[in-house]
Amino acid sequence: MSALTFTLKQTLQHSVNCSDLTPNHLANKSTAEIACIQINYGNSLVRVDEIFAITGSDAQHIHFKNTSGKLDYLGANMTSGSITVEGNAGAYLGFGLKNGEIHCQGNAEAFAACSMRSGLLKIDGNTGDFLGAGSDGSRKGMLGGTVIVKGNAGDRVGDQMRRGLILIEGNTGDYCGSRMIAGTIGVLGDLGAYTAFNMHRGTLLLQKQPKLHATIQDCGSHTLPFLNLLFKSFTNYNTPFSKLSTQRVRRFVGDAACSGNGEVLILSV
Amino acid sequence: MLLNGIQIDDTFAEAFNMRGTRVIITAQNLKWAYHAANAMTGFATSVIGCGVEAGIERELSADETPDGRPGISVLMFAMGSKVLMQQLETRMGQCILTCPTAAAFAGIESEDKINLGKHLRYFGDGFQTSKLIDGKRYWRIPVMDGEFLTQETTGMVRAIGGGNFLILATSQPAALAAAETAIEAMKLVPNVIMPFPGGVVRSGSKVGSKYKTMFASTNDAFCPTLKGATNSELSPEIESVMEIVIDGLTFEDIAISMRVGIQAICNLGANSGVKRISAGNYGGKLGPHLFKLHDIMSGNNA
Repeated sequence: MSALTFTLKQTLQHSVNCSDLTPNHLANKSTAEIACIQINYGNSLVRVDEIFAITGSDAQHIHFKNTSGKLDYLGANMTSGSITVEGNAGAYLGFGLKNGEIHCQGNAEAFAACSMRSGLLKIDGNTGDFLGAGSDGSRKGMLGGTVIVKGNAGDRVGDQMRRGLILIEGNTGDYCGSRMIAGTIGVLGDLGAYTAFNMHRGTLLLQKQPKLHATIQDCGSHTLPFLNLLFKSFTNYNTPFSKLSTQRVRRFVGDAACSGNGEVLILSV
Repeated sequence: MLLNGIQIDDTFAEAFNMRGTRVIITAQNLKWAYHAANAMTGFATSVIGCGVEAGIERELSADETPDGRPGISVLMFAMGSKVLMQQLETRMGQCILTCPTAAAFAGIESEDKINLGKHLRYFGDGFQTSKLIDGKRYWRIPVMDGEFLTQETTGMVRAIGGGNFLILATSQPAALAAAETAIEAMKLVPNVIMPFPGGVVRSGSKVGSKYKTMFASTNDAFCPTLKGATNSELSPEIESVMEIVIDGLTFEDIAISMRVGIQAICNLGANSGVKRISAGNYGGKLGPHLFKLHDIMSGNNA
């Protein structure tokens, strides 16, 4: 049984809401049934087969081909199986992901892993702002799971993040870890301004020291045994983070502006 | 039954149900892991007076522990889950939290969980940090030597306590030497501990006493100095009796441990001074688990 594949047939003028095209929604549906599902295209409803050519039948493994940054909500609220995006993805990639694995081989727009709860989201390219943040009106961001970004991420990574792990191999924009409640964000590249802004708790694990604002306090250099456990957990993934070994870090705590107890750990070279 | 000239009595050890847990203690090196483990398993010989029976199961190499440091595996048993939880938390707080460089991790998986560092975290006075790594929650508590790392919970399983056998010898040194030989062999068996000092008990007890306040008293039937004064179980040549008590996670673990220990003694031969191996029981009234010595030594029970 080959993977259920959606190949984009046209250049999109508007965003497409792909939240219904997940393994849990499409399980036990025939190609004909899938073809007539109505999805949002801009402000209108269209059949799936007006946008995509549909091949294959294994709904537990879904592929999107010839994709575009206008395909929003890919893998939204998914509970099982896998989705592979062979190209770019739109906003809200992996929105509310509950289980399973999403692999985007290109770039993803803003709000990737928004309100994600569990599972694994891999982005081979770059991603936009608010990675792992909360959706509109929500006071909590990502609630669990693992996100690995091979490229760069935009501003506000992990905004109000509550739990989970985000590993970014490239750079991030401003306000990384802003208003973070808990969880772990690792960044190997450079960071923008106001890292850990209004951070309450949680851990930012950084290879390069960013310019930190005045309310992030230096607590000195330390050897932290828990890092061994954390690094061991990284070995499950194909990422340079799995090669980290030093438990020696410089520890900053903040944001004192909100009596925060979050930590920024700068790995010793 | 006669094994290498040593008589194995046709009797049984009587054991009872307990709740058990395992904790992995790591430290900068084995020396400090032992300091922590010895403190944690101190005053934990018998539930009668200590509330809990605990002992060191074995050493763990750095690649066997969660944090990649050398460690010690500790088993702890109590008569009920409430006591076990209470004792574990108290001992964690006074013996592991206080020990330089020590960390504690769950050593057994089960549906039933008991607190390891769940409440201990409050020692951090708000500076404690939680980390959820691979689905397991850990607590990092800032302390004066750096950070105390502990897992939030460990597993709790149904276990068995009170497996035992008695070593009857012609002299006290002979009885003790045989007991030491047995303990060395039994230490290699996983999932069991021998909670008494050095693994050996010299004051085996019977249920009840002539004194109203005592619910256990000396096992006079096996006291060599009372051979003529009480209804003794000892023949004239027996001058000393040592007991080895075993707590284990399963019946099979205890049975294997008893067989290994008794076999090690029998390998010494009758010239060692050991004449008989017996076992402590209360006529089947104390617990549901009967370890019949003949069955164990013939391999029918283990």
